[in-house]
Amino acid sequence: MDLLSSLLGGVLAGQPAWLLALVAALICATLLVTFMALGPIAYVYAETKLAGFFQDRIGPKRVGPHGLLQTIADAVKLMFKEAIFPAAADKFLFVLAPCLVVVGAFLGFVVIPFGTRLQTADLNIGLFYVVAVSSLSTVGIIMAGWASNNKYALFGAMRSAAQIVSYEIPAVFSMLVIVMIVGSLSLQDVVNAQHGGIGYWFLFRYFPLNLIAFLVFFTASLAECNRAPFDIPEAESELVAGFHTEYSGFFFAMFFMAEYTEMFIVSAVASVLFLGGYLAPHPMLQTVGGLGLGPLWLFLKAFTLIFIMMWLRWTLPRLRVDQLMHVAWKVLLPISMTLAVVVGGLVLVPATRWGFGLWDRTWAWVVAIGIVAYLIVGMFRAIQWSRTRNRVMATS
Amino acid sequence: MKQWLTDLWEGFYTVLVGMKITWRHLFVKKVTLHYPEEKWQLPPKSRMRLFMAYEDCIGCGQCARACPVQCIYIKAEKRDPKAPAIFAANGQGIKLDVHVFDIDMSLCCYCNLCTYPCPTDCIYMTPEYEFATDDLNQHLYRFAKKDAKFLTVNPKPPAPKPAAPAAAPPAGAPPAPPSPQAPPAPQTPPAPATGA
Repeated sequence: MDLLSSLLGGVLAGQPAWLLALVAALICATLLVTFMALGPIAYVYAETKLAGFFQDRIGPKRVGPHGLLQTIADAVKLMFKEAIFPAAADKFLFVLAPCLVVVGAFLGFVVIPFGTRLQTADLNIGLFYVVAVSSLSTVGIIMAGWASNNKYALFGAMRSAAQIVSYEIPAVFSMLVIVMIVGSLSLQDVVNAQHGGIGYWFLFRYFPLNLIAFLVFFTASLAECNRAPFDIPEAESELVAGFHTEYSGFFFAMFFMAEYTEMFIVSAVASVLFLGGYLAPHPMLQTVGGLGLGPLWLFLKAFTLIFIMMWLRWTLPRLRVDQLMHVAWKVLLPISMTLAVVVGGLVLVPATRWGFGLWDRTWAWVVAIGIVAYLIVGMFRAIQWSRTRNRVMATS
Repeated sequence: MKQWLTDLWEGFYTVLVGMKITWRHLFVKKVTLHYPEEKWQLPPKSRMRLFMAYEDCIGCGQCARACPVQCIYIKAEKRDPKAPAIFAANGQGIKLDVHVFDIDMSLCCYCNLCTYPCPTDCIYMTPEYEFATDDLNQHLYRFAKKDAKFLTVNPKPPAPKPAAPAAAPPAGAPPAPPSPQAPPAPQTPPAPATGA
């Protein structure tokens, strides 16, 4: 936003400051709304395609080249479908609920830093703000469940509320770990504290403590997005579709949009907190020919995390309600609280005292290269294995 | 505490095992078949649409008796003894005029039992399976009808003529009642020693 303001400063010279701010805010909002509206088309395409790949299928194929237009067709279909209101529904709340959910997901964009100056607003309480506005969608979900006047919708909404409230605690505690290291809630400060390449990312600080914090945060944020394996609010096999059972047409699309937007926000926040945000894994890769690659790196990291979310979704079965609560309160919460205490103590010790700097950087490269190598080896082994597999494929 | 840590590790480790499996499946060869463009190679004895080579049918009705669902309807009458003799592909003389030979494929259970008793091997299963229609009557195949289209899609190549010369009657002497005069002239003049 400040980049935009300075750009606009030239065009709108001599205009009052509030006009400048208003125009800049409107442009930012338009860009982000566009991103939010069009993003899910890409995510849903990726999701359907990956779901196919994980199950040895090929996913959408017919509409457009490689099924690229499938999600666009779906979106158009959803938009033209009739919005059905149940006879006994509370119409006002019924309409308000999806709007609230979308707004809750959308507001998170405000503080995501896409680059040094590419941020709508660098709030000094950025992390707190993200936590606060992402809870807004809980209100929307409960509202949707209540207004639908449907028992399945209400069940889904209550489950969702219980789940999001529970999982927010470990998520916030693992955020607290980072906040204590940085000493600031601003996301820009968090990124600036990780300069210097992959070895300085908070994922590997105090190895393996922050790695555990990241896993806790990632798991908790999966639950906050109502993603599998924590998707009991919309468990198809138990509740028809959970809180959006009664929604159709564009209102349903709004829930869908909110879910995928929230996935992006959570992944972006996780990559800012633990993976260095818009910083490259090596300082040399930060700019290419004087062109900053900041947004690219952030998107790469966020989409990698979204990919892992989809990967998990097609790997793990859905948890039961009591198992879900068990994981939140008896596993993640003790771990994150312990981490907060231990890392809080370690922050007080000068970084060079126990040689944590070198320790972190060594492990960072070992872990990063190890994971990538393991995945690549797995890939080649899978390809080899599928060649030897005897499968009668058709020819005709 | 020890149990808690064991459970925690087990939970974490099993998730990784699952992720490893799905990661591999990301790269294995896909099993999807683009159906109308690609089709399965059918096994050699697949049982699908029934076909009846009308020229070879002697009207014995054994297939209809073997059928567990009674989907084959045959009506045959004695052939005019003065008519020129005709023979099935395996040399068996055709003594009956089959003027109704209907198979209701919507009833057929694809058991293949009708093909075994056939003395002339004229009824058999074909690898043809795409015959869905929106009209159930389309599944009543009238093999004895003259203008029956499916008679032209005999999937089996015509068998090499066996020793005994065979003459095929034109595909159908349809619901034509057994007329006193000779049936429509066969394409190939019958020249069997036993015939005339």
